[in-house]
Amino acid sequence: MAVHETTRATAVRPPNRALRWLRRHIVTIAGLGTLGYLILPNLVVMVFSFNKPNGRFNYQWTRFSTDAWTDPCGVADMCGSLGLSLEIAVWATVGATVLGTMIAFALARYRFRARGGVGTLIFLPMAMPEVVMAASLATLFLNMGIQFGFWTILIAHITFCLSFVVTAVKARVMSMDPRLEQAAQDLYATPVQTFLRVTLPIAAPGIAAGALLSFALSFDDFIITNFNAGSTVTFPMFVWGSAQRGTPVQINVIGTAMFLVAVLCVFVGRTAGKKRRQRS
Amino acid sequence: MTHTETPRSSGGDVRLRGISKTYGSFTAVHPLDLTVPAGSFFALLGASGCGKTTTLRMIAGLEEPTTGTVELSGRDVTVLPPYKRQVNTVFQNYALFPHLDIYENVAFGLRRRGIKSVKKQVEEMLDLVQLGPMARRRPQQLSGGQQQRVAVARALINHPEVLLLDEPLGALDLKLRRQMQLELKRIQTEVGITFVHVTHDQEEAMTMADTVAVMNGGRVEQLGAPAELYENPATTFVANFLGTSNLIQAEVVEAGGEELLLRAGDAKLRLPARRCSAPARSGDKVLAGVRPEKVSLAHADAAGTLAEGRNRLPGRIKDASFIGVSTQYVVDVPGLGELAVYEQNIERDGRLVPGAEIVLHWNPAHTFALDADQDIDAGADLDEEAA
Repeated sequence: MAVHETTRATAVRPPNRALRWLRRHIVTIAGLGTLGYLILPNLVVMVFSFNKPNGRFNYQWTRFSTDAWTDPCGVADMCGSLGLSLEIAVWATVGATVLGTMIAFALARYRFRARGGVGTLIFLPMAMPEVVMAASLATLFLNMGIQFGFWTILIAHITFCLSFVVTAVKARVMSMDPRLEQAAQDLYATPVQTFLRVTLPIAAPGIAAGALLSFALSFDDFIITNFNAGSTVTFPMFVWGSAQRGTPVQINVIGTAMFLVAVLCVFVGRTAGKKRRQRS
Repeated sequence: MTHTETPRSSGGDVRLRGISKTYGSFTAVHPLDLTVPAGSFFALLGASGCGKTTTLRMIAGLEEPTTGTVELSGRDVTVLPPYKRQVNTVFQNYALFPHLDIYENVAFGLRRRGIKSVKKQVEEMLDLVQLGPMARRRPQQLSGGQQQRVAVARALINHPEVLLLDEPLGALDLKLRRQMQLELKRIQTEVGITFVHVTHDQEEAMTMADTVAVMNGGRVEQLGAPAELYENPATTFVANFLGTSNLIQAEVVEAGGEELLLRAGDAKLRLPARRCSAPARSGDKVLAGVRPEKVSLAHADAAGTLAEGRNRLPGRIKDASFIGVSTQYVVDVPGLGELAVYEQNIERDGRLVPGAEIVLHWNPAHTFALDADQDIDAGADLDEEAA
């Protein structure tokens, strides 16, 4: 009897084992698949940054070369536009983070008449199609007779980055225990010391998240910038423009470099966090 | 635990004069006068929403009183912000700074006052609360009891004149709470600082404090030593909130001498005249009270053997629950309602089972009487909720 059952069990096992393996690993497989889907375009960009194309378009693999990497600014105007984009991104981040943090504190801490309305208005730029905001900002600048250029781009970028900073910081401030600040005051901290020593450090992760988002959004924005730039050319506009006439390999070089810097930032952040946890 | 015992006092006294707090139309604290003597362990006891925490926060400076003044060691501090008062608070749920480690949490107050070399003091304080090895951990890596001790250390290191404790043991489980009660009491005796402790747990207040103020509805109902409050409650709220009381509707039959004679239903009850907090003349209505553990049970057949001069009430056992050290009976007394009796399990009479006819008896000296003009159940259900 026992023998009989064992044989039957082994007979059924092969399909079972495959199924069981699949069941155990399905989450990993799905995860790796999604990751591949996300990373593949970046890999293509990276690989083609080592290409030496025939002609002006970098769409077909010809042969390996490091020419573009050794001479990243070899294309006319490209590095200028890259510098401009970085400069705008930095100032937009600073402006949006400072203003956004203050707005977030006001919304989270105080009850005032237009609080609900302000909250909705802040959220609007995130929900609104970008092209609508781009066009309306352009109309506004035009009617006010403001010269398009660096400043109009910066103002536009701060405008749309604000919403993201406010959302990130507000969530953090809302979840903060108000008793922590009372405890600080109870322990001889003046209001200024309380803010610097307790409130700000606890809100810092939210502020940092908002700032990082702002930088990323500002750096690669095309639609709003295109409407409000006048004759100024940022990096995304340069890429768009050159795509009409041919794509220099250097664009892939810059793209790859940005990707690697971002990965490095995440990696450094992770290890620093892990080290701190281990130490404590 | 007694008043006469004065620990070496480095604390200051707290004097509240006519202090009150209203929010819009809601009065959290009615005008209140309170004096906390220097070096004492003082408890503000009451159910949630009775104004005890608001009172504490007004002493800390975290809440501005609507009227009245706060004095610390004879100095009026009513208008001073919290960071200018020599007072520290142990908050409910501790409010430890999550971004700082234990060491920096404890050093926070010293650093804000510009003290540079904090190492020795912080280490001593961490030793006092037995947390030396945890100095570099973050608050969220500690257990509830450890966090509680950090909160105490963080406040005590500043040598405040008064330490305020806002339900500091509320988040701990029962066993740990008992342990921390003794621990806090030990620390208080050791440092001699005035402690003002807010709690809803009557047992906690009685175990720890020299003086307890029972608060209800924004007012102090009664103030005194724990034993005094327990034995001589002045109101039905105090009688019911501190432990359990049997309150019986009665009428004064004879007054004037050392003893009062009352009639409750068909029975006569006697009590010392000084234990009646209401004005009692012949014919007045009062509430006679006796604690369940002061009452004894005798089977109806044995009633004749009882000593003379004891207060007696006949009844029938409705329910008996055995809880180890004692047995708790609910006795139905015709015409007077249900009374509770706690009997120690020393000599158990097998006839004392539900349904048995019995006689309740107790020493008249253990009887107290209250003004009948108040809610007989005040504070009774609150106590159950709090426990």
